[in-house]
Amino acid sequence: MSHLRFMKELDNLTRMDDAIKGAIPRWQKKCIEASNLNINHSLNSSKKIASFTSSISGKTPTKKNDCKPKKTPSKYIKKSPSKIPSICTLSSHYSSQDTQRWRQIHSIILQQQNAEQDKDKADKVSPKKREMQRLIGENLHGGDINNARVLSYQIKAPAPPEGYQNPLKVLYSQTKTPASVRASTRYIPQAPDRILDAPEIIDDYYLNLVDWSNNNILAVALGANVYLWNAGTGTIEQLFELEANDYVCSVAWIQEGPCLAVGTTVGNTELWDCSQMKRMRIMNGHVARVGSLSWNSHVLSSGCRSGKIVHHDVRERDHLISTINAHAQEVCGLKWSPDGQYLASGGNDNMLQIWSSIAGQRHSQAQPIYSFNQHQAAVKALAWCPWQNNVLASGGGTADRTIRFWNCNSGKLQKRRFHVKFVEKKDSIFLFVTGVCLNTIDTKSQVCALLWSTNYKEIVSGHGYAQNQLIIWKYPMMTKLAELTGHTSRVLHLAMSPDGTTVLSAGADETLRLWKCFQVDPQKKKESNDIKSVASRLKQSIR
Amino acid sequence: MTETQQKTKCITLKGSAELVSQYLLYGVNSILYQRGIYPPETFTPSEHFGLFIFTSTDEKITSFLSTVLRQIEEWLVQRKVHKITLVITNVNTKEVLEKWDFKVDYEDQKANGTDGIIKGDLPEVGTKDVKTIQKEIREVIRQITGTVSFLPLLDCLCSFDILTYTVPDCSIPNQWDETQPVFIANSQEVQLRSFSTSLHKMNTVVSYKNT
Repeated sequence: MSHLRFMKELDNLTRMDDAIKGAIPRWQKKCIEASNLNINHSLNSSKKIASFTSSISGKTPTKKNDCKPKKTPSKYIKKSPSKIPSICTLSSHYSSQDTQRWRQIHSIILQQQNAEQDKDKADKVSPKKREMQRLIGENLHGGDINNARVLSYQIKAPAPPEGYQNPLKVLYSQTKTPASVRASTRYIPQAPDRILDAPEIIDDYYLNLVDWSNNNILAVALGANVYLWNAGTGTIEQLFELEANDYVCSVAWIQEGPCLAVGTTVGNTELWDCSQMKRMRIMNGHVARVGSLSWNSHVLSSGCRSGKIVHHDVRERDHLISTINAHAQEVCGLKWSPDGQYLASGGNDNMLQIWSSIAGQRHSQAQPIYSFNQHQAAVKALAWCPWQNNVLASGGGTADRTIRFWNCNSGKLQKRRFHVKFVEKKDSIFLFVTGVCLNTIDTKSQVCALLWSTNYKEIVSGHGYAQNQLIIWKYPMMTKLAELTGHTSRVLHLAMSPDGTTVLSAGADETLRLWKCFQVDPQKKKESNDIKSVASRLKQSIR
Repeated sequence: MTETQQKTKCITLKGSAELVSQYLLYGVNSILYQRGIYPPETFTPSEHFGLFIFTSTDEKITSFLSTVLRQIEEWLVQRKVHKITLVITNVNTKEVLEKWDFKVDYEDQKANGTDGIIKGDLPEVGTKDVKTIQKEIREVIRQITGTVSFLPLLDCLCSFDILTYTVPDCSIPNQWDETQPVFIANSQEVQLRSFSTSLHKMNTVVSYKNT
């Protein structure tokens, strides 16, 4: 009989203005409820009353029982077991449609019975508790739930097909991705060649904390420190340590020479001469942290959390050449193409923008030539193809998980140069369609970094959850050649040695791993050297 | 009507309701896609609000959404709806795993105080132009796609439903019915950005089971 007691208590609580204690006959209850409603409605506008009456007349009696909007708590009473027989008898009077509806309601009631019986055993519903529950309910609903009516369309959307599996599962599971790893003729070592410790490396997707210079020196930012690791000799030197809560957000080597650019949290970009271990200058220009840097000869471009890109001419006293409002959110990827023609920028606003450089200048125009919005997440991983100057690879974050390839050549130039071909050979037209996505590949994991191999037609990507692996892809087929696992947390950054044989991966597990995955076969190396020398001779003769 | 002609660049009440229902359509679609509730091959990308949004091509889903949202749009004009909830339930156990609340505030009503109810039937104009509103909506939808990174995996067959919290005197249209509000026991809530059309202010909150 516990449910009766429960009813009683509920009644008392929901009808505090009522003198009657204990359960009352249903007809009497109805009268009281009706009168309550009338009182409520007379307080409201006349319009409301009209619609209320119409709703009553337009509905079946089932509705009358159910549509007391001010009494949501009392709904539980109607669902108590004692009421069910009467509902059933009532239902026999109505049309088949109504009985059907009754059946639905009935089944819901039956489902809820068990739960409710448990509930009323569990808590001896003290008034205080009830009140608290009501308040919690109100908070959850963002208002008084008694004042709301919850409606839903009765023809529901279909369930997904039987046996369907959530494709996101790959993101969360530790099993290997299903795509087959193509057997390659080339030997790729599965274990890292070396592991270095990187304590306090910041686990932040939006920063760019490693760079490997042409002089074979690796710069790594660990918290507030920048360390230089000489890959040839293995010596480590600390370049500097920032003060207070400041930390290093990005590092980038100039193409030639010992100059290192460092972006900081306060929005300054510092230039360091690493042969002297001295700071050369501090350049301002940003209001928030500088998370991405890219050099184009004497122009340093810096991307900021505010979404701005600033071009600094490091030779000038007034270093600030131009400021571009590039993105709506933080700029996390920034790369100049190897020929200095294009600047690619990726932001946390999921946009990838391509900026063309101003003719004869080393900085970019203020308007992008292309804005790509196909990525579904932040675009951090950017890499320009070393052998096709206009091809860019970009990778998206967790919500996106794709690597995309773009042809970024500006339309005019192409047309002029290839005009004849364009007319003659219709098959090759696709090559000249610019500003398009050439290929997309779903990697099933966050893409944190991308690097092209200079020795092979291959590209390597660094990933996050669940495998934290590096994947080597054959370009342009995009078949998997190898998966390099070992990091216990996501691979944040990638860098390549100047000779192109070794890839360095910086993981959030505070390790740097060196993979000798692009080593050149000694025999092939000879051939390529021969070809190279021929090419260079050709070049000279042309000049 | 003269009023609307004067401020041609600003949004009307109808336009605002339409924009909100569009936001709901694309918001719900990207939730269904991003949360992997339906097979990804049944979605196609198309550009809306300057974003590539995946929308379902399943006829039943699209007709469900269009019917429901058309009704909601009507209610938005009449100021009858407080909140729209997208409920994601386990098909087999009927357990509610996740819900997305889209709360509606009627901004002009607040400003006008009690006049709101009387003014409700008149065509009104807001103060914002469509471009800025679309930009705000874009930000919210971006956030919705971004939630994948923290929401728990829905590792079972799931279906969805849309509940509409209306004013008590709202009449029930044909084929609609009253249901119970849903709760998630021990839930975690994340408030996303909000946007405002200057007539309707939309607040988006996602609640999920805390495991």
